[in-house]
Amino acid sequence: MLEFRKDIFADERDDNLKEIGQPTQRQDMLGHVTGTSPYYDDHRFANLLHLKILRSPHAHARIRSIDDAAAARAPGVKRIIRAADVPVNLNTLLSLIQFGKDDEPSLASDFVRYRGEPILGIVATSERAALEAMALVRVSYDQLPAVFDVEEALKPGAPSVNATYPKNTFEYYGKYDHQKLRFGDVEEAFKQADVVMEERYQMSPIEHAPTETNGSIAVPDTNGRFIVYTSTQALFFSLDTSAKINAVPSNQLHFIGGTVGGGFGGKVDTMTEPLSILAARLTGAPVRYRFSRHEEMQFGSPRGAERIYIKDGATKDGRIVARKVRAYFDSGAYTRLSSYAVVKCVAHVPGPYTIPNVCADVFCVFTNRTPATAMRGFGVTALDFAIECQMDKLAVAVGMDPLEFRLLNAYRDGDMKAHRREAKNCALIECAQVAAEKANWPLREEFRRMSSRAGGGPGRTGASADRARAPAPVAAPRVAAAAPQRVTYDRAPTAAPSPVASPPPPRSAPPPPAPTPAGSTHGAPRFSSVFGTRRR
Amino acid sequence: MAKYRGRGVATINYPIGMNLGGDPSQALVHSNPTGKFTVALSSIDLGQGMKSVTRQICAETLGVPVEDVYVDTADSDTGPHCMGSFASRGTHRVGNAVMAAAREARAVMMDAAAEELEVDPGDLETDGKGAIRVKGAPHRSISVRDVAIAAQFRQGKTISGRGIFLVPLSDVDPETGEMSPATCYAHACLIAEVEVDDETGDVAVLKMTSAYEIGRAINPKLVEQQLVGGSWMGMSHALYETPEPYYPNTREGAQDFNEYLMPGPGDICPHDILVLERPAPDGPFGAKGPGEMCANPVLPAVANAIFNAVGVRIDELPITPEKVLRALKARGGAAGHGRAR
Amino acid sequence: MKTPIQFQLNGEDVAAFAESGANLLDVLREAVGDLSVKGGCWQGTCGTCTVLVEGVPRVSCVTLAETCAGKSIETAAGLRRGADLHPLQAAFMERFAAQCGYCTPGMLMAAKALLDRNPNPTRENVVDAICGNICRCTGYEPIIQAVLDAARADDRRRA
Repeated sequence: MLEFRKDIFADERDDNLKEIGQPTQRQDMLGHVTGTSPYYDDHRFANLLHLKILRSPHAHARIRSIDDAAAARAPGVKRIIRAADVPVNLNTLLSLIQFGKDDEPSLASDFVRYRGEPILGIVATSERAALEAMALVRVSYDQLPAVFDVEEALKPGAPSVNATYPKNTFEYYGKYDHQKLRFGDVEEAFKQADVVMEERYQMSPIEHAPTETNGSIAVPDTNGRFIVYTSTQALFFSLDTSAKINAVPSNQLHFIGGTVGGGFGGKVDTMTEPLSILAARLTGAPVRYRFSRHEEMQFGSPRGAERIYIKDGATKDGRIVARKVRAYFDSGAYTRLSSYAVVKCVAHVPGPYTIPNVCADVFCVFTNRTPATAMRGFGVTALDFAIECQMDKLAVAVGMDPLEFRLLNAYRDGDMKAHRREAKNCALIECAQVAAEKANWPLREEFRRMSSRAGGGPGRTGASADRARAPAPVAAPRVAAAAPQRVTYDRAPTAAPSPVASPPPPRSAPPPPAPTPAGSTHGAPRFSSVFGTRRR
Repeated sequence: MAKYRGRGVATINYPIGMNLGGDPSQALVHSNPTGKFTVALSSIDLGQGMKSVTRQICAETLGVPVEDVYVDTADSDTGPHCMGSFASRGTHRVGNAVMAAAREARAVMMDAAAEELEVDPGDLETDGKGAIRVKGAPHRSISVRDVAIAAQFRQGKTISGRGIFLVPLSDVDPETGEMSPATCYAHACLIAEVEVDDETGDVAVLKMTSAYEIGRAINPKLVEQQLVGGSWMGMSHALYETPEPYYPNTREGAQDFNEYLMPGPGDICPHDILVLERPAPDGPFGAKGPGEMCANPVLPAVANAIFNAVGVRIDELPITPEKVLRALKARGGAAGHGRAR
Repeated sequence: MKTPIQFQLNGEDVAAFAESGANLLDVLREAVGDLSVKGGCWQGTCGTCTVLVEGVPRVSCVTLAETCAGKSIETAAGLRRGADLHPLQAAFMERFAAQCGYCTPGMLMAAKALLDRNPNPTRENVVDAICGNICRCTGYEPIIQAVLDAARADDRRRA
């Protein structure tokens, strides 16, 4: 089923390694097959309490009143946790790296903005007691108009979803409601193109659906600290978020995890730890907050849906001369990580192809649905779907084989990318050639001889003229000639590359400043002005 | 009333690590009194094999057998900071941090061995089997175990090391989007063959053929796990999964696995995978990371294969039988488009 | 109100007190302390919590514990034969048929039920036996291969 093509790029590798490349048995495999691998919930406590969350049934509403008196008196209930109990009840995940404004409460107090938003916590001696008490809580709501479509949400007059971002978009650099990419002049290129095509793509939200749901157990420790057993994918990320929300010093929390029953991006949002810790602090007992599967499916954050418009211009001999992308990330009611994904999406435009004119505008949009988060391929999966379907359509339009069309446009070492960085260490062409050979997908000779390396093989000689990217730099520095770079892994420390001792080696550093395209502001605010000061 | 076959292709790349960098990971490596090593991390194993790749990277760097290395994770009291397991950053970032820590530990170990053998550290090499010997004179050797004992009890050295790996945070130009998203990229090409039933709209994936370029396969079985499992998830995204079947209308959302559909063991297909390695200059032994990209190419490859089979394009995921039938009806029936292969 | 319940777990007599209406999954994990049984959905739709009751695979999260009184129950914790692994466990290891490992205990029990009644399964038999167990990581192929391997290994031992 799996074989290696060690012959390809062999001159760039030192394969004289002992442990690397070995099919060594996993360190955790014995634990998995004996059922002894310790997931967060595999810890038992005699007086464990259970936290259950009352959630909004409405997509958008004002909370008029909450009557939890009967619930507080219900059998087995130890504590009701209300919004006012949360020390810092407004947060955004990326505040840890100073990106974005706090916009999401742990428990809603005045408005609810998605169906499933947490309103109240009930801590009881059993899950059943907590759920029965929850049924006694009376909440009255004034329902409000809701918006569920990303483009509708951006129209004037659309219901405002998020109080921190009232126009339903994240703010970039304090002035834009989207992230831009501008390289060359797409409009001019479209005029010159033989084929112009604009298409719309829509990817659905996706459930991570790990077999283990999100959860944590917070346990008061002997010394006033709290041990937290957690399913998180990012230990300190969750620890620091929990410390902020609970307003405790970070060293008061002792997080233990590392063995997780599937994540795929759905266990980064720190959904359960802040409140399980708060519950443990308020009751003095160990508390488990475990998502039911229903909660995981309905209210655990999904991969956000994305709507993508791609407009391409191509010449009749098969070269893509312009690509323009407009995309909308459906972030749901709060930011979480979608703001970051937008930038990653823009970073991925136009795909692994060398296109001289590229433009993108990508938005992070708020709607009244469950807040979205990262999932396997974050910022890239939907764009790849759109780009690769588009490539197929273009190939048909210009009458080329779909794979040969991709090879023709594939990026190679030394090409200038739309982000004004030189492509290097490319291998798209070789992957296509190898897969085609294995699958008996015929490729013409010149395509079988192409190469990712500088020089590029047939199809590239003399191509620099028609690949001119005004006003992108023509004299961009090239990676050291056609000689492949061979890295050796001599065990003597002196010879090996040392990413620790110094900043990344010169090859990966940004190239010298390029002449800026007309119309851009050089010396524009650093992205880290959005980040603010670096985390200490 | 027929089944049509078609093939479709997708070629992609994938950025390694958190976009723009600025995502550090740290590692600590130390030897116990008898020469067995522990790697202390706070990194998370989601099943992708974090504990295993870091173990192999540490063993290789130290020059000891993998059995003599144990990875301990994740405990915030004992494991140094790691940004987390996401964005295909684990092998690259944590692997590099482990290498740095292991290098430091190795340097102390070789120093201690040199003192025991009364040679220069530069004259020594590890044999990868638990011993350190003089280059060219292998009979002059000492076990790692004895070196550890000597270092701790006689020489007063700690055979340990610390490592951090950080790709410095990149700026982003608000007007042009100029930025350094990643220092390296992995690549893939995937060809999917499908069979479309024009009466039911069912799409069966019959075969996948793919080539993945991942820098360096630290462990071929773990790479295989990701690529096989990922291609299943890609097929699942393409044809089955949605919590909102009428998106953006939120009705009829799935409440359980009866409603949230994913392909089962009877729906999978043979998959020929070829692995290429073009080392990333800043990857640990050149490694990149296949964890996320392995689902991505399946989505468009399947969509393109459906077009090749029956001549309809479906640009909204998931591609359900209902969507296929509606598209066929609108088209006036199935017709293979493009050259059949 | 807790009532006593007695059954056989992995060959040993076990007694516990359980709430009336408690499910077998909770009794096994909470009351008896067998943490090898995992909970995935608590809705009976994912198979993660699969145990064998009188040799039959049951989703323990929607099985009333009371209905198992006096019965023999098998979980992953009982698969090992002393220090030796069950052929299924060894085969799963060989084939790298687990990544996150969370579905693995339930998957092993579903497979064991198959091999106990059909020592010579076809691939279709294996697919049928595990189609009630969701795996999100492996893509199933290594699991199918592992079960077939285990059947062959058992075969060779018996021959």
